[in-house]
Amino acid sequence: MSFLSYLINGLSLGSVYAIIALGYTMVYGIAKMLNFAHGDVIMVGGFAIYTLMNSMGVNPIIAVLISVVICTALGMAIEKIAYKPLRKASPLAVLITAIGVSYLLQNLALLIFGSDAKLFSSVVSVPAANIGAISITGETIVTIVACIIIMIVLTLFIKKTKAGQAMLAVSEDKEAAELMGINVNATISLTFAIGSGLAAIAGALLCSAYPALTPYTGSMPGIKAFVAAVFGGIGSIPGAFVGGLLLGIIENLSKAYISSQMADAIVFSVLIIVLLVKPTGILGKKISEKV
Amino acid sequence: MSKQLKSNLITYGIIIAFFAIMQTLVGTGTISSLFKGLLVPICVYTIMAVSLNLTVGILGELSLGHAGFMCVGAFVSAFFSMCMKESGMNSIVRFIIAIILGAIVAAVFGILIGIPVLRLRGDYLAIVTLAFGEIIKNIVNVLYVGKDSSGFHISFTDTASLGLSSDGVVIIKGPQGITGTPNDSTFLIGIIILIITVFIVTNFVTSRSGRAVMAIRDNRIAAESVGINISKYKLMAFAISAGLAGAAGALYAHNLNTLNALPKNFGYNMSIMILVYVVLGGIGSIRGSIIAATILTALPELLRGFSDYRMLIYSIVLIALMLISNSPKAKMFFEKYSIKQLIGTKKAQKEEV
Amino acid sequence: MKKLLGTLLSVAMVASLLVGCGSAAPADGASDGAKTFKIGGIGPLTGGAAVYGIAVKNGAQIAIDEINAAGGINGCQIEYNFQDDECDAEKSVNAYNTLKDWDMDILMGTVTSGCCVAVAAKTAEDGMFELTPSGSSVDILAGNDNVFQVCFTDPNQGIASAQYIGQSKLATKVAVIYDSSDVYSTGIYEKFAAEAPAQGLEIVATEAFTADNKTDFTTQLQKAKDAGAELVFLPFYYTEATLVLKQADTMGFDPIFFGCDGLDGILAVENFDVALAEDVMLLTPFAADATDDLTKSFVAKYAEIANGEIPNQFAADAYDAIYTIKAAAEAANVTPDMSVADMGKAITAVMPTIKVDGLTGKAMSWNAEGEVNKAPKAVVIKNGAYVSMD
Repeated sequence: MSFLSYLINGLSLGSVYAIIALGYTMVYGIAKMLNFAHGDVIMVGGFAIYTLMNSMGVNPIIAVLISVVICTALGMAIEKIAYKPLRKASPLAVLITAIGVSYLLQNLALLIFGSDAKLFSSVVSVPAANIGAISITGETIVTIVACIIIMIVLTLFIKKTKAGQAMLAVSEDKEAAELMGINVNATISLTFAIGSGLAAIAGALLCSAYPALTPYTGSMPGIKAFVAAVFGGIGSIPGAFVGGLLLGIIENLSKAYISSQMADAIVFSVLIIVLLVKPTGILGKKISEKV
Repeated sequence: MSKQLKSNLITYGIIIAFFAIMQTLVGTGTISSLFKGLLVPICVYTIMAVSLNLTVGILGELSLGHAGFMCVGAFVSAFFSMCMKESGMNSIVRFIIAIILGAIVAAVFGILIGIPVLRLRGDYLAIVTLAFGEIIKNIVNVLYVGKDSSGFHISFTDTASLGLSSDGVVIIKGPQGITGTPNDSTFLIGIIILIITVFIVTNFVTSRSGRAVMAIRDNRIAAESVGINISKYKLMAFAISAGLAGAAGALYAHNLNTLNALPKNFGYNMSIMILVYVVLGGIGSIRGSIIAATILTALPELLRGFSDYRMLIYSIVLIALMLISNSPKAKMFFEKYSIKQLIGTKKAQKEEV
Repeated sequence: MKKLLGTLLSVAMVASLLVGCGSAAPADGASDGAKTFKIGGIGPLTGGAAVYGIAVKNGAQIAIDEINAAGGINGCQIEYNFQDDECDAEKSVNAYNTLKDWDMDILMGTVTSGCCVAVAAKTAEDGMFELTPSGSSVDILAGNDNVFQVCFTDPNQGIASAQYIGQSKLATKVAVIYDSSDVYSTGIYEKFAAEAPAQGLEIVATEAFTADNKTDFTTQLQKAKDAGAELVFLPFYYTEATLVLKQADTMGFDPIFFGCDGLDGILAVENFDVALAEDVMLLTPFAADATDDLTKSFVAKYAEIANGEIPNQFAADAYDAIYTIKAAAEAANVTPDMSVADMGKAITAVMPTIKVDGLTGKAMSWNAEGEVNKAPKAVVIKNGAYVSMD
């Protein structure tokens, strides 16, 4: 009985990881950069919703929508100001700029909102479902459903639309895509927009399920989601989904049955073992070597 | 004199000049307490940056778990010093043994971790090193070690489960870490370790093994095809890098009275900070790493005047430095007016005369 | 690229050296002939623990403004300088050195235990008087005569909690959830667990969490519930406690929740549904909604300087720390022109003799080791307010 509750808690956590990981993996696939600031965009999304709902009394759904717009704009602005000038620089230079952006967002939030944890009111109004003795919270249901919908829509978007195909082309070979008349800059910008919009949704769901909002709320889930993305095979959209869910479940089950203090060590050990067996992640593509 | 040797001599010269200037300032009492207190941390982070440069610059692999090795070195050496504190051993001898021990154990960890990790490549390797760093930090945080008349006791839950007899003392107390480490670290020892580190790294680079490592970095398949044992050389570089980080950890541990494994000092944040030093100083450039680590260690302290806006300004400086150093326009501007350029032309003139 | 960076860096290097030397004030802050007491503070103002540092900074500021308005200490005004340590021991020592360059006379800090151990070693070297408002680990005091605490030490809280639960017969089956990465939380838990059997308590579940994993407590709560715990002991801070209470409510788990002084502040968390905290018990020396004049005026002043926030126990401890420094400095009759070590020695000598009435206790006194003696009050939350249980 309790095993099922642990599993459902894990699924709920895993779905949040999965949504964040989707954003991570898209940006990585196209821009080939680890966007360490992604977790902090989630935090910005959380604060946007919090301010809208608590200070202005905006309806939760509208607040989430506005926050998606804010984060999308923020993501595009970050890309334009901080990452675009470095497109030809070494990947490490971009990585470090991303870290700078991450510090910048955290410290700005600290100055504006203070360090006190803000208790987030849930944006979800779905009632909890009771199956037998197990209760599944509304947040869990919405998170899991949202995660599945987002994954399907993203997959369709990439397969069926021109912009999606352009993304695929840029991720395969930037130069060749450019020669084929694809606007690489616009495509990368669009990817950041989508990734950051997803971060806003992830922020809303993360803070609804675990409602303490601080300037550092985004950093640990951000890292975990990054691990989830690598776990599933970075660059792969179903991979991010599977990786996120698995990570959440492993984390919760190891807390329940092995040691709550060593949960992180166990999660990271599983990651290492998976990568050793399958060096490109669970659903990652095999890279062929060229001489 | 070869170009390489000349460059190395300049590096040693800078270190020794820095040491001499600082020592004079300390001696005459004209230096602020803040800067005096920063001298040992500067040594710690320059050693970390030079050792990481071996992995990132020479070996060409992105490691995000370097702070994990520092953590190992710090805890091993502090544990040794705590055990030997009462034995009446000369404190300098004890500290040297502690440093060597910390470096050796960290190097062993480097080999143990390197065997699986170095099979991976690129960002996957990066994430696995990050994972190892976090695992080390997590395990240290649940590790309890005590000592009594019947020997050592180890537990992974709490002090009570150590089962110490009444004369026992708990040395490593989980998240509370080690308290009461003797403050053996001095600026002189720090500088000596830094010089040894630079010596090891520069000699490794010019050695046969180092050339093999760089061949692997530049073209793995070509290197393999001429019969270079890839795993062996990669592992060698990785272990040396880890061992030097361990020595830096020992220096760190003996500079403070307390040692805890926090996300701040041994987590991935620290690994990334060290990486920032390496990248800003120029990947592969030992001298660059030293200068960048020195400045970036001092920078947040020098920004204290801005109080609440300190870390905000620090992050903006970080972004601006990366953007400027990669912008073609700024590059042109600085090349025109660079100090090196000026020195360079003077030298050229001299040679002509 | 390398050349350019080299230039940039060497310019910065020279600049930093110049700044370093420029700020090189007379090394010993003794004979500056100043007419003010310079009190320094150290704590995290950025990073995950910033909430505690900011509370201490503001709480002490209120006390200093009051004292200055009333004529200062021994007729001398107080100057106050609070430095950020990011909750990192190394940064904390840097902050201490910065304050030394500023000619600090007395240190009110540091806020967190880990940093405090490192800084206490340095103040002991310099003989500076140090009073920590909230560093609760016993290691801070060990061997350092010059260091005193305003808050309880961790072991005292753990033992007092176990005794209170046992003697009031609140429960026999107890579960503990604690933050294994936090010195404060682990310290209390260990003494609690050691004392529990003597009080007839059975610890049925011991669950930990870490600083990296402090948002999801469902697993820990589920295990406590499955073990049949009647009381859950929460020796950690209120930020996490709000989540624990909310998640316990969602899963329909309703034991008695019992906490320590870290839980104070829970009713002030913005947006927190205080109904969730109904019947939560805690041992705390300070309650922000107490009705005495001192607390009322403190809460009002705190709201003024901190955007309407309600002070927590950290702020109250800092406020008391400043008044303790004042009382001790007056009893020792020190003046700002004394050397740091002489002043430290004089104040240390009188500390065991003074009694201070403050926000967190009446007639607080200290032993020579530096531990405070004050009575923890057991309070229970009823209808969104603290009610004394005695």
